[in-house]
Order: sequence, then structure tokens, then C-alpha cells
Amino acid sequence: MSPGLNRRDLFRGAALAGGGLALSAWLPAWAQPISSGIAKPLPTVSGNDITLKIAHQMMMIDGRQSHAIGINGTVPAPLIRLRQGQNVRLSVINDLEEDSSIHWHGLLLPFQFDGVPGISFPGIKPKSTFVYEFPIVQAGTYWYHSHSGLQEQLGHYGPIVIDPEGEDPIQSDREHVIVLSDHSQMHPHAIFRKLKQVGGGYFNYQRQTLAGLLAKEDQPLKDRLDWGNMRMDPTDVSDVTGSTYTYLVNGHGPRDNWTALFKPGERVRLRFVNASAMTTFNVRIPSLKLTVVQADGLNVRPVEVDEFQIAVAETYDVIVTPTDDRAYTLVGESVDRSGMARATLAPREGMTAEVPPLRKRPLADMKDMGMGDMDMSGMSGMDHAAMGHDMSAGGAAAGGMAGMDMGAGASMPSMQKPADSSMANMPGMGSGSGDTMGGMATGGMGGMNMRDASKAPQVKMGPGVQTISPMPMDRTGEPGQGLEDVGHRVLVYRDLMAVERNPDVRAPDRAMEIHLTGNMERYMWSFDGVKLSDKREPIPFIENERVRVTLVNDTMMSHPIHLHGHFFELVTGHGEYSPRKHTVNVAPGGKVSFDVTADAVGDWAFHCHMLYHMHAGMMRVVSVRPRGDAA
Amino acid sequence: MKSLLLLIGAAPLALATPVSAQSMQNMPGMNMPAAQPAAKKKPVAKPASQPRRAAAPTAKGKPATPKRRAPAAKPKSAPHDMSGMGAMSGMEMPGDKTPPTADPHAGHDMSGMPGMTMPDGAGGTMKHDMPGMDMQAAPGGQPMQHDMSSMPGMAMDGPMAAHGAGGTSLMPGNAPAPQPPTDNYADRVYKNGEMAASRTMLHKEHGGSSSSMILFNLAEYQVRNGRDGYRWDGEAWFGKDLDRLVVKTEGEGVLAGRSGTYMETAEVQALYSRALDPYWNLQAGVRYDFKANPSRTYATIGIEGVAPYWFETEAALFLSNKGEVLGRIEGYYDQRITQRLILQPRLEVNLSAQNVPETRIGAGITNAELGLRLRYELRREFAPYIGVSYDRKFGRTADYARSDGGDVKAASFVIGVRTWF
Repeated sequence: MSPGLNRRDLFRGAALAGGGLALSAWLPAWAQPISSGIAKPLPTVSGNDITLKIAHQMMMIDGRQSHAIGINGTVPAPLIRLRQGQNVRLSVINDLEEDSSIHWHGLLLPFQFDGVPGISFPGIKPKSTFVYEFPIVQAGTYWYHSHSGLQEQLGHYGPIVIDPEGEDPIQSDREHVIVLSDHSQMHPHAIFRKLKQVGGGYFNYQRQTLAGLLAKEDQPLKDRLDWGNMRMDPTDVSDVTGSTYTYLVNGHGPRDNWTALFKPGERVRLRFVNASAMTTFNVRIPSLKLTVVQADGLNVRPVEVDEFQIAVAETYDVIVTPTDDRAYTLVGESVDRSGMARATLAPREGMTAEVPPLRKRPLADMKDMGMGDMDMSGMSGMDHAAMGHDMSAGGAAAGGMAGMDMGAGASMPSMQKPADSSMANMPGMGSGSGDTMGGMATGGMGGMNMRDASKAPQVKMGPGVQTISPMPMDRTGEPGQGLEDVGHRVLVYRDLMAVERNPDVRAPDRAMEIHLTGNMERYMWSFDGVKLSDKREPIPFIENERVRVTLVNDTMMSHPIHLHGHFFELVTGHGEYSPRKHTVNVAPGGKVSFDVTADAVGDWAFHCHMLYHMHAGMMRVVSVRPRGDAA
Repeated sequence: MKSLLLLIGAAPLALATPVSAQSMQNMPGMNMPAAQPAAKKKPVAKPASQPRRAAAPTAKGKPATPKRRAPAAKPKSAPHDMSGMGAMSGMEMPGDKTPPTADPHAGHDMSGMPGMTMPDGAGGTMKHDMPGMDMQAAPGGQPMQHDMSSMPGMAMDGPMAAHGAGGTSLMPGNAPAPQPPTDNYADRVYKNGEMAASRTMLHKEHGGSSSSMILFNLAEYQVRNGRDGYRWDGEAWFGKDLDRLVVKTEGEGVLAGRSGTYMETAEVQALYSRALDPYWNLQAGVRYDFKANPSRTYATIGIEGVAPYWFETEAALFLSNKGEVLGRIEGYYDQRITQRLILQPRLEVNLSAQNVPETRIGAGITNAELGLRLRYELRREFAPYIGVSYDRKFGRTADYARSDGGDVKAASFVIGVRTWF
């Protein structure tokens, strides 16, 4: 704690007491005093017996007061620091006027302590206490948050760090926990209402305009017409944007300039948690390499990158080694580039480094609509001639392929279903007609059925299902949206590889597919066209069975999908060393497979971690039962 | 065969990793006349690792070859990860269709590839193809992603092959899915109905909530030659995603005209709205006209929604208590000039199946309004606008108007506010 910090706190206190509150609320953001940096780490709680009190509070962001729900008086909630192998008893007092809860995100525990009201326990009534008690069986970076209503958006989230039993294989000289989040002055219920009223356009001030067309920005006219015809908006990258959000680092706005201290030459471990309600961040520290060493709490083989995308509810641990005696800016740019979370790494308090401007916002393309890779230019590096002829090698397949100068069979990855095994079934493609394909390549999408139910037989087609991806692709080898051409190395899921051999390397007993469905116009979100409120039966698993789950994204938004109570292995080509995660982001028009061993008996929540998607119904119950268990 | 598998396995990784779009893994209907000698043609594959690869652990403890202990064994070979093949449905391998759990080649995953035709040693096609798919052949437009050497633990000189051949490299079996349970597990811990209230809340808070909206697309003052007027057109809804109660109202009047200030038309509709598909709602209910006198009540049925190219559209039929049939088609489009400046062309056409002298409506197209309004969204919910509106009566309706001494057409300059909440 520096003297400077204390002065600042005193000043704040005085301002509040003196009626400065009203004044500061009316000052525009640019007129606020800009902090020279807040180097205050998060308050920490630890031990075997921890008390957490959920209560309404005010918080100061960039000099502006805001309503919030915090724990023990802070937003984010205090860092819970535990040790693998201990037992912990967490007494949670709900001091709100409404039910609340805490879900321990990523922790393996008995289901009745998982903290989801209506699935794992009855919730915590107002002015009452619930005691969670469970053993800590794992190590790593995790987090906790409310699973009641929309409280998470208001600040009800905090980090968990569990130190391993033995020596930590990840050595560092110092570490900082970095909780990224989004905060709005609007009440979350108001945000959700706006989304329901007018769909995704309400918060988006980066849409395509006539002025943009005349200035030759964004899509050319033909593409705009094509997209308009489909009633799809390529600028719809984030539902809720920087037009209402301030992006936070450890509860501080970009102007507060939260600062992480280091000594030059130290190995600094940064534990990133994306505790946002709705924001995917692209994280980088210009002029520092980021060595990713952990994902979702579990160690991965070190990967050196310049930037990584962190979806909602994911965590990444990163090692940086700043050698110079200077400040570095930590940039967490929202995926739609409507704003950024900003912090500083510096040897001393009060230092700042240049803050890079926001980059141009990405536009969704046909791949994001699940139309496969129509962009032939992306296929350089393939030996087309070599590829081409094995296609022609036989049978029904050849008929369709032969005429296609695809520049690579490569764009077929999404045609997975056995039913589609002939190229002739390619939507929009006349059988054996290469011309049609050519037409698509140049931007035309004529004939492509964006709502072909036969592509997804289990999806309940209805008003909540706007599109079915005709050719969803495995995009785990691609950088996230907008990071394709940033000119430096970006982490992709396929880079991740577990350090330890996966605990269960059996082949999956069976496979299943779940479609991520939605309708931006009505702001409806669901799995397989079914909302949780439709009261469909749970997704059943038998204890210890191993299942390959393929998530198919039929929407143009990315969805970070979280399975409670389990880790799953991503099927990204790493065999027994597959990365194990609790949350996986499924790219727009993409698909992801994971293998999960259903080893935790009970009912568990399974949902999109975009808060308003979940609130709109994108959630199911997964039920793991012992074999032969009769209800 | 093993070499071939190895080879095929290498291809998708080499390509799919850098640019997943190029993955072979999903090529349906792909026909692969296999070729034993293929591997030898492949530059990257190092046979040294092959035996180990083949020795994948099998789930059911088959007396298979020695189990591979992955990280320890680091054969210097290319990334022969077969999991890249995982999605190769549409492939068939006659002669090797045993379920993966019992497959000695489990590590190669080929067994689970339905539809793949792979006659053993049937031809040389593959061997020619594959060289074109190795890493060296993939210089790529995205150097960063193509740089295999920068992949963690996958450097070309070693640990690359250390994946182990089990785990996610294995293909899933086809065990049946269990029956979904009918009870809730939490009831075993929290007894006596303790869970009931929270479960109700759970459903309500995850897709079951209601919402509402009130929108006045038009609320304006109309300036025209000697006969200023006003006009409104609004709609409100309340309900859940699919079923809603909708109230619509529209009307217009004259302010300080030759015959004073009066309301010309005013109607309100109360409708039940049901979502038909992603964009369209079916709406049915009643319409009541306060003006013009003598007033009418109508049974109403219509559709409302967003047409392709983002046209907000509605069409309705009205059957009055006197047996008359009327119709209306309405549409508008919001053209964003900037993020907040929006031009809205709007067309409304009213129709009648018969003459209704009482209300001065003639058969056919009765009247049409064409408007062009330019608004500025101070907030999304509050947008002042200016514009022009051209209203014209047709056919017998126009005749009625003439005989009443009224106008058949009127052009107005309008100023108003579009607002919603």
C-alpha cells in the first residue's frame, strides 16, 4: 500500500461525504481525474473456514459511482486462495433482498455444492446463510460467481487460486490475478429487455451505413444485399458492447489504470479470468511475449504467443518476463473492438505506457454463418493438384468434385454427416456442377439454404431457430474472430496440449451432437431449438461412461459453453494429451468436439456462459446417474 | 497398412492445424483406394515411430501391443496424430470395421469411419496425393499459423509425436444413449419439496420470462396548405417469445382546418400474436374504429414480421360487424445513413372489397400513404424526425372525397418523434 493510494482513497471518501457524489456523476468521463494507477491487489481470503457476505454496494469506476453487488465489500469478490488437498468450509451470507447463490466455476465437487439454484440446491434465501463444504482436489486458477438471475453482471464474481499440493511446476517470481469483466450503468434487466425488444442492434454503434458504403468501407453493395436478403448483420459480433459497457480489470476502468508491479527480469505469472457477462476479450501486452502455461486451471505445455482470445468464463495463466525498466500496457480489447479493458505492468506505481488505439472491428463472413470456407484465397499452401485427384478417385463423390476447381478440397470440412457424403448434396450446388461452386466463391450465396432442417435432425425447428449452419467447420485451429490478420502470433485451441496425460484415455462409448441455436431478431437462444424453460428432460449420462460431444454452432455468435462438475478433453488432435477444459468457445458457424467422462453423479448445469444467452434459455440440465439407478 | 494410416493421419494435422479450413477430416464420401507403399513416398513420416503408434491401448484391455507411455517416448517423427481423422465420416474401411474398443489399430481410428472405402492396396492414388499435403508444401499466406515449429510441444524435432495414441484420438463407439431420468437428483439431498420454488424460478429465468414494448413509429405534426393535421401509428406488445398480446393504434386528424379541429380516423386493435417462424407472427383479434363515425368493429387477422432485406412488414384483413371486408398492407425500411441518422421510407395501402358509403370508402385501393422520414436517434428510444408524406385517395373513395368537398391528395411536411420504451 503506497501513501499515494491512501491519499486517493481518502479523497474519494471525502468527496462522497461532501456530496461530491452527485457532482462526479454529472461530470463527463473525460473531465474525470485520471488515476495515475491503482496498484492495489485484490483482497484475499484463505484457510479452511471462509465467510463470504453477498451485499449491495457502490463501486467507483473511472471516477463514476455505480451500483453493484459485491462480496465482503469488494468487486470483484475477494480472491479465495486455497491449497490442493485441503477441505474448505465456505459460509455464504446473502444480505440481498433476493435469492442468491455462488457457483464455484471449474471446481470438482459434490453436485449439491455446485451452487445452481433449481438444479443443485434451493438457492440462498435473502438474509440467510448457506454453508458449502467440500474437499479441494485440484489446483489452478478458477473463479466463482452468482448463478441467480443476472447478479453476475452486477459484480457478483471473484477469482479462486488453488496452489498445488507439491511444488508448483510453473515457477514464477511473482504473480498477479487479473479478473476481466464488463460493467454497465444500465441495470442488467434493462439490458436484457432492450435485447428482447429490438434484438442485437440496440447496443451496436458499428453497423454498416450508407455513408460507409459511399466511402467504400465494409462490405460492397452486393454483399450487403446478400446479407440483407438473409436478414443477417455481419457487424453483429457482440450483443452488448462498449456503448454501454466499461471494461474492467480487477474492478477498475481503463482510466483507473490498475497497475501490476514487477521488477525487471522477473518471471511474472498473470492469472487471467474472464468474469464478463457478455464480453470476449483479445488480450495482449505490446512488446511482451505471453507464454501460456495453463488453461481453465490445468497446466498446458508452454505456448508463446503475442495475443490470445479469452471467452467468457475461461481462464488462462500466462508467464511474462519484462526485462526493461519501463511500463507495459495490458490490453483487453473487446472482440467487437467497441472498447477495451486496460491495465499497466510497471516497475513502480504511477507509470503508464502507450495505450494502442482500438483496431477495426471485424465483420462476420460466410464461414461465420456456417457456410464453410468459400473464401478460396484462404487456401494457399495447399497443393491443389495433388489434392484434387484423390477426390476424383471414386464413386459418387467424384461426380460432384470433379468439376470443382476448389483450389482445394479443403473447404469441405463441414460436410460431416454421412447423409451428405456425396458432394452432390452440397447445398446450393448442382450435382456435379462446378459452376455453382465457382459462383459461391465469388461471394454469391444463391441457393444456399440457411435453414435446412435435414442438417440437424434433432433440432426442434421453430421461431427460435433462425439458421442451421449448412457446413459447420472445426475452427479450433483458427484464431478467434477478428484475429486472422493481426500480424502476430495468436493462440488457437489446437496449440493447447495437456502437460499430464489425460486421466481417462478410453475411446468414447458413444457420440452425440448438440446444436447451438438462436434467433437474433427475437433474441431467443437455445440448445437444439429447445430452451431450458421448455422443460425438456435432462441430457442423460451413465456414471463413468465416456461420450464424445460435438457442439455445432448454428448461429453467427460465438458461444462459450460450460459444463458444470466436469472437465472435458478437446478433440483437437492431441490424443492422450488433449487439453482439458470446463468451458469451450464455439466459433460462429463452427463446431467443437470434446470427450467427457461422466464421473460425477448428480444433476449439473450445462449452458452458454454469455449471461443473456443463458437467461434467454440457452441452458440444459445434464444428469449423470449410476448404472441401473432407478429414480 | 499402418504406414498408410500414419500417412493419412499426418496429412490432416499438417494442414488442419495451420488452417483448419484445409482439414481433410470431413470429406464425406471420400474414396481412398489405399496403398501400402504410400508411406514410403511421404517425406515427413519416419517409420521408426510406427510400431509404437500401432500399439495403442484399447479400452477393454485387449491383449494388444504394449501400451504407449506417451511423454517419455518421443520418437522423432512427424505429428501422426490420427485424431485429425476423427471426423472422417463417409469413409469406409472394409476389413477393419471392428468396433474401436476392440480394435488393435485403435490408435489409428480408422475403424470408426463409416463409409470410407479403402480396398487394401487398391491403387496408387493416395501416394501421389500425399506429398502435396505435407508441411513443406504449405507455405501459406498466414505464416504465423503455418509455422509448425512454434507450436508448443510440437516442434519438428521431437515431442511432436508424444501425444499418445489413445484418448481423443480414438473413435467413439455406438453404445446407446441412456434413458433420460424422470426425477431430479437434488431432491435426494434437499427433501420435502425444498427444491420446488427454485426450480420454478430456474425455468422462468432461463427462457421463460415475459417482456413488453410500446412503440410509436409515427407521432407527428403535418404541415400542409391551409389544413395542418396530425397522425400517429403505434404498437405495443406484452408476452413471452412466442405468444404475445399486441395492441395497435393509428389515426389522423385536422388541426384548425376550414371546418375546425377534428379527428378524421382513429382505430385501435387488440390482437393475439403467435410466432410462426423466426421472422413472422400471425395476429388475430378485433379492431374498433372510434372515427370515422359511424364507427365499426372488425374481426382481424394478419401477419407481421421482417421480410428479407429487413423490411418491416404487416398485412391484415378486417371483417366488419356489417359484413364489409377491408385490407391493409404496410411496410417500412430503416436505412442507416450514419449510426444515428436514419432514413425511413414507408408505404401504407388500404383496400376495400366493397363500397361503404357510410364511412366514405370505395371498393379497390382506397388510399395510400408514401412517407419519407429522416430521424436522428438521440437515443435508440427517442428519435426526432422530419420528413414528407404524400397521401392520396383512389377510385370511388376519391369520388366520395370530392363530392364532400375534401381533398383527394395531400402532400405534407411532417415533424415528429419516433419513440419507444
